[in-house]
Amino acid sequence: MRSWRCIGGLVAAFLAAAGCAGPAPAPARPGPLSGQTIEVLAVWSDEEQAAFERVLDVFEQRTGATVTYVSGGDEVPTVLATRLAGGSPPDVAGVAQPALVRTLARAGSLVPLDPETEAVIDAQFAPVWKELGTVDGTLYGFVFKAANKSTIWYDAEQLGPGFVPPRTWDEFVETLRKLSDTGDTPLSIGGADGWTLTDWFENVYLQTAGGEMYDRLARHEIPWTDPSVRAALQVLGQVFRPEYLPGGISSALQTEFTESVVDVFGEDPQASIVFEADFVAGVIAESTSARVGVDARVFPFPRIGPVSSVVSGGDTLIALTDEPGTRALMRFLATSEAASIWAAAGGFISPNREVELGQYPDDSTRQIAAELVGAETLRFDMSDLMPSAFGATRGDGFWRAMQDYLADPSRIDEILAELEAEATAAYARGDS
Amino acid sequence: MTRTDLQRAEPKPTGVLSGGSPRVAALFLTPALLLVVVFLVYPTAYSLVRSFFDARGTEFVGVDNYVTAFTDDRTLVALRNTVIWVLVAPSLVTTIGLVLAVLTERIRWATAFRLVMFMPLAISLVASGIIFRLVYEEDPDRGVVNAVLVSVHDAFAPAAPYAGARPREGGGLVAGPDGDLVSAAPVGPRDAVGLAITGFDPADLPPRAAPAVLPEPGEGLRGLVWLDVGGTPDRTGEVDAGERGMPGVPVEVLDGDRVVATTTTGDDGRFTVPDLTDGRYTVRLPSATFAQPFRGLTWLGPVLVTPVVISAWLWIMSGFAMTLIAAGLASIPRDALEAARVDGATEWQVFRRVTVPLLSPVLLVVFVTLVINVLKVFDLVFVIAPGSVQEEANVLALQVWQVAFGAGGGDQGLGSALAVLLFLLVLPAMVFNIRRFRGDRP
Repeated sequence: MRSWRCIGGLVAAFLAAAGCAGPAPAPARPGPLSGQTIEVLAVWSDEEQAAFERVLDVFEQRTGATVTYVSGGDEVPTVLATRLAGGSPPDVAGVAQPALVRTLARAGSLVPLDPETEAVIDAQFAPVWKELGTVDGTLYGFVFKAANKSTIWYDAEQLGPGFVPPRTWDEFVETLRKLSDTGDTPLSIGGADGWTLTDWFENVYLQTAGGEMYDRLARHEIPWTDPSVRAALQVLGQVFRPEYLPGGISSALQTEFTESVVDVFGEDPQASIVFEADFVAGVIAESTSARVGVDARVFPFPRIGPVSSVVSGGDTLIALTDEPGTRALMRFLATSEAASIWAAAGGFISPNREVELGQYPDDSTRQIAAELVGAETLRFDMSDLMPSAFGATRGDGFWRAMQDYLADPSRIDEILAELEAEATAAYARGDS
Repeated sequence: MTRTDLQRAEPKPTGVLSGGSPRVAALFLTPALLLVVVFLVYPTAYSLVRSFFDARGTEFVGVDNYVTAFTDDRTLVALRNTVIWVLVAPSLVTTIGLVLAVLTERIRWATAFRLVMFMPLAISLVASGIIFRLVYEEDPDRGVVNAVLVSVHDAFAPAAPYAGARPREGGGLVAGPDGDLVSAAPVGPRDAVGLAITGFDPADLPPRAAPAVLPEPGEGLRGLVWLDVGGTPDRTGEVDAGERGMPGVPVEVLDGDRVVATTTTGDDGRFTVPDLTDGRYTVRLPSATFAQPFRGLTWLGPVLVTPVVISAWLWIMSGFAMTLIAAGLASIPRDALEAARVDGATEWQVFRRVTVPLLSPVLLVVFVTLVINVLKVFDLVFVIAPGSVQEEANVLALQVWQVAFGAGGGDQGLGSALAVLLFLLVLPAMVFNIRRFRGDRP
């Protein structure tokens, strides 16, 4: 799901592998952990890195410890595997795939969170988040930065003041139809990146099939040829239609995620609605002149089923060493105080329910955060729960199948049969 | 050249080293050997060993990884594409390089021209890939190739008057097989039919379009083609206040497959076809009226993506081939060419019978170097092919990376197996090149 930070991550990975990343150690500050150095390796780069380093600064000032941050981007799993193999893991790591946390925990590479940190998580996080960080009954990590993948963005300027965000799926389809009636192509889809399409599917499936089926499909306990998958795809087919997409299907399949956002909020808009998580705000800020919360607004993914559901993603923090500094840092990062620092900087949503909504910089982010902590059903991004060879490979597996479905919905049975065969092979190999 | 001359000039260097101690020789050889072993021999050997182990590197799996490589669809596609690349790209580039070298040999600004041709090589492959990704973009407002195609197309074929319009569901029309719009149900010679259209902005209707009114049944087949958008109330498939007819739409009446009458709608979107004999007819609105504007070709789709990536590589490498061949050309003995010309050979014959044979050693080296270069092509494919067609555009070198590192960790056992395969493919070309270099010496 994170291909958009791929290139930066790649460079960072090579640097880290070559051992030349990270600044020179700063002079020791006074404090209880004075003289200790803690290394954090995580997926955040660029602006996210800057914001996270601000959080670390507060910890440094308070404890006197020196924290160095290394950005691994998309390549964190590779870098982490290399560092572990080399016997010098970072103290704390932030990874995007819960499956990786599971693998590392079972391999004995992780240190369980200490009781104090667990108490903070019990008090400030919903149980579903604690479960996500738990492997075989032991709590190893927590989601620090969450993504609400059940948000749809629209350009308020294009749609005019009379636009009422649709609440149900039928209203959503009707909205698209109405807009396309006048020859507009309202919906921008970044189909060149498979993960945007799997996110679409996951949202629909969570609502049409329910949380339990969602879990079973993620664990591959039910086959992809299950009628529930077919039904969800057919619901999705109501919006994956050439007359709704700028340039039709083949254009959508060549549009990358970033481009799909710029197509809505850029200088020369091709569409007015785009679906993706809250990190769309980052693209808007970086690549367009639209203002989040003013021109760029959000509504929750339309309801299909009876309960409010949110598909979330997120980066989990885990500890790899059992040092006092590591423990103190993990405890600090679990608190709402740490999350609030980044929340104020923007481009961030915390699953920590104690983070005041007022901390977020704009209405759209507040709305997204409120939806996330208030959801009745919340599930983690399915493709991140799967073996990555199946769930997160460019041009293969789950990503590819959704692209094939977008390209030609009439091949649905063939696509699902193929997907099932690939899933069987990938889960049998059982890598992370 | 210089070295060969020197070797020829001096006596054979036998006996110079034989007097020295083997220890001294070892002393001088060790650093180089160490570097070769650490950076070349060990990684190669380790890859070979690694290819017999599973993803985690703990369990010996024999040739399983190789079996997977030859049974996995993705790898087979990558292998096929690599073969296409090797067959097509180096020979094309060598040919283009040869032609350019010969043609630029005698023009005045040859150096400047060659410099320009050589420039793409100075751009990194990733940057070139991004450039060509944009060049072949489907949207004609962004991709220059499609922009040219669309301009040429539109100069000869004017755009459809109601481009993009489509039948309204339940509005009496359905999309036919060739993009024509046909009446959903057969009609009789004295019926009145309403044919609802949508997907077109009412503001773009011609100003003469008059409000739509469904005709009363009467003499002749009567009908109304109207834009079922933006009325009050906005019911679908019904004529509402504020909705207007679509003027100037050609209408055909078919009896089976045979066109029995044609007409055009008036300003209010109405048409009448008198004097039909009793029977059931189909009303058809030809696709030309509603065709989507031409948007060029889907260059980055599954069919064309490999040729597109190869074309980018041509752009980059032609200058390289040209430069090497031009250097070879300069060392061809002039008198051979002159002799041929004096004997009455045409320029083509000189080129075909004298220049090319004399150049063939250079051409061969260029060709083989390009083959090696093609086998490792990776970044161009990765950058130019959108994720949705990456599988169709895949090549072996890219597949190695994707399997070993791509999807967060990956399977380095299988990746190593693929790398070994790639190595085996490069080997003949390398052996050939080394032999050639040796053969150059006396």
